[in-house]
Amino acid sequence: MQDELQDIGKKGEVIVSDDRFDAIIVGAGLAGSTAALTLAKAGMEVLVIERGNWAGAKNVSGGRLYGHALEKILPGFAEEAPIERKITKERISLLSETAGTTIEYADESFRKPETASYSVLRSKFDKWLAEKAEAEGAMFVTGIHADEMIVKDGKVCGVKCGEEEMEADVVILADGVNSPLAQSLGMKKELAQAETAVGVKEVIGLEEKVIRDRFGLTENEGCAWMMAGYPSDGGIGGMCLYTNKESLSLALVLTTSYIGQSELSVPQLFERAKAHPVVAPLIEGGKLLEYSAHLVTEGGYNMIPTLYKDGVLLAGDAANMVINIAYTVRGMDFAIESGRLAAETVIKAKEKGDFSASTLSAYKQMLDNSFVLRDMQFHAKAPKLMEHKEIFTKYPQMAQEIFSEMYTIDGNPRRHLLKFAKPALKKAGGIFKLARIGLDANKAI
Amino acid sequence: MKKMSVDDKLGLNKFYPDEHNPHIEIDPDFTDEKEIMRVVKACPAELYKYENGKVIFNHEGCLECGTCRVVSGGKVVRVWHYPVGSMGIEYRQG
Repeated sequence: MQDELQDIGKKGEVIVSDDRFDAIIVGAGLAGSTAALTLAKAGMEVLVIERGNWAGAKNVSGGRLYGHALEKILPGFAEEAPIERKITKERISLLSETAGTTIEYADESFRKPETASYSVLRSKFDKWLAEKAEAEGAMFVTGIHADEMIVKDGKVCGVKCGEEEMEADVVILADGVNSPLAQSLGMKKELAQAETAVGVKEVIGLEEKVIRDRFGLTENEGCAWMMAGYPSDGGIGGMCLYTNKESLSLALVLTTSYIGQSELSVPQLFERAKAHPVVAPLIEGGKLLEYSAHLVTEGGYNMIPTLYKDGVLLAGDAANMVINIAYTVRGMDFAIESGRLAAETVIKAKEKGDFSASTLSAYKQMLDNSFVLRDMQFHAKAPKLMEHKEIFTKYPQMAQEIFSEMYTIDGNPRRHLLKFAKPALKKAGGIFKLARIGLDANKAI
Repeated sequence: MKKMSVDDKLGLNKFYPDEHNPHIEIDPDFTDEKEIMRVVKACPAELYKYENGKVIFNHEGCLECGTCRVVSGGKVVRVWHYPVGSMGIEYRQG
């Protein structure tokens, strides 16, 4: 069958596959390959269809993977997987036009596998994970786009790729944030502008030693850095930077509903942010290796689509499983866990011989009881917090005014903190506004 | 780091171009400048241009993100698909 499958890609040939799979997975990202790995381990016949020429060829993310979810499936995976660096240093900055206020937190406990996070480059990492699934017996066909769902009597029973129809008891859609297939089934609505951000990213090559010296890191340590304010030019968004082994991942994320309000285009805003006095020295001397873009869902828990229907499940980005809580962005650990739980659901359904929505509803229950929907629900109010524009506009300015006076020593008369902090706060919206945002933040993050 | 044009950035990426098979179709008769400019500004690859009151689009260099579709809300972008299997961008970093 492997030979037949490899022929599918040849132009003009139509191959009718008599074989039915236990499960078809669309998309060889983290959710898809984790599901494939879990199903194959349980002895199921699983086919993964990937439109890229290899698993990882179409995959992009900001750059940080929280390891706990994969640790459950492949303990000690970081010893072997192509991770970049273990994140030991967290930085968050508020940037005004000319200044930056930064908090750094470094912690020894970030090194433990169960709490560690890693910078990753997805083209490399996803390829590795797919190979793990393949080694367990999962079958991957790459360079093939799944065009349509096959639905009979309201039940999903396979996918169509060109002229070829492939059938299975169940289909797991892990085809990413746009998921045209989930949209075609009415499980997922078109992404709403106010809840969707565009991420543009550069992978910037730098010498290993330069990265260590510049960010104050030892050999395998890494830094994750979120920056809000100036980069998004008054819109909701920010920049993130992750140190890789011999490169930096630098990305600007901007809510799409804001586009057009700024004079500048998204690529122009990115270049402008790269020239900021806090950012420019970090990338100085760097050589661009790759330019990429990806949508990021920011609606959080309230944006979770229909997760199952007769014969089909959604996992990972296809299910909008991402949260942005200002000091960090998460999605990859959700993708891995949802991929695993989708597979566990399918294994149970196979035992029962029933792939109806009522059996597959166990998936939602498992997600509810897992960190995926628990954490997403916990942070459900984060999108509302981000609507306080002051965070991106006035507060970086306020921080500058306060710290600038504290740190400027030029012989002029000194003033007590409250003398200059109070007017700065007033200008930024006042104490009540700050309290409001503080209360909302308390409920959201 | 030196400032680079988007064209130069795209030049560093690896593409399998499907020249004669655009995976995105625009509405060439759509003329609302404000809406067109939002799509022009949104595309990370700068593939949309507004010239002589009309929108011009070239699918080669597409990063396959979906932003144009989301931003245009069905107005400028009429059909949005991924390229056929194996074509388009190939990320080597990701």
